[in-house]
Amino acid sequence: MSRAVSSVSGEVSAGRRLVLHALGLGGMAALAVAAGLVPPARAAEEAPAWPKNAFAQKDQAHALDALYGKTLEASDKVSLDVPEIAENGAVVPVSVTTSLPNVTSISVLIPENPYTLAASYRLPEGTEPSVSCRLKMAKTSDVVVVVESAGKLYGAKKQVKVTLGGCGG
Amino acid sequence: MPSTIRVRAVAHGESTEVQSLIQHPMDSGFVKDKEGKLIPPHYIEVVSFECNGKTVFTAFWGPAVSKDPYLKFSFKGGRKGDELKISWTDNEGKSDSIAAKIL
Repeated sequence: MSRAVSSVSGEVSAGRRLVLHALGLGGMAALAVAAGLVPPARAAEEAPAWPKNAFAQKDQAHALDALYGKTLEASDKVSLDVPEIAENGAVVPVSVTTSLPNVTSISVLIPENPYTLAASYRLPEGTEPSVSCRLKMAKTSDVVVVVESAGKLYGAKKQVKVTLGGCGG
Repeated sequence: MPSTIRVRAVAHGESTEVQSLIQHPMDSGFVKDKEGKLIPPHYIEVVSFECNGKTVFTAFWGPAVSKDPYLKFSFKGGRKGDELKISWTDNEGKSDSIAAKIL
């Protein structure tokens, strides 16, 4: 196994179960095999490991459940900065910032993309609850951001109109 | 081979602002090449940032992150001259890392 970073011998059975689960979802065979022995998403907070199951989900509810196991409430304390119109869906700048306290993670979801979850960031204590990155969007969609603050999930969303999609070809 | 990671970390008082740019194709697995064959997914899964032996930021990425990914965040506790270590691993098991001084 070449993935030294996330392979731990004790997690073989969990990994195998996940692989089987992903196969059952269909079309995920290559990803599941490539990702190999990754511990379940819920364990991500203790020992950060790539949340493979969450990244394989195709709708928002399942992705959030796989990533956090919690539901979301809208909050005006989460601010999301995205362009109204993105001419090129391959590069859409996304900035998230929040005034909420004790933020431990920030995730960005794009419901109209083939896989909903685009990126998930873990913020240890002392890291400011603000992040900017650039994402691909297949077509016009909401961009949903989720902030985990003191164990609860808060979200905000904004629509981005995409002129030229960035996921297909 | 030059590093795939470019980083700039600047201390402003208590807070250190980090901007990084990583060279990576971030292939989503949905794009076809000139012959019409699908380019297999190839993307960075994890990027971690460490300062003074402590992880200050971890990014989990999927195939929806743009090519040559850019990232910006800030953390407290870094000082001018401290070393910031950045490393990434992709879905093919490739990886790279670099250490940069905070300016």
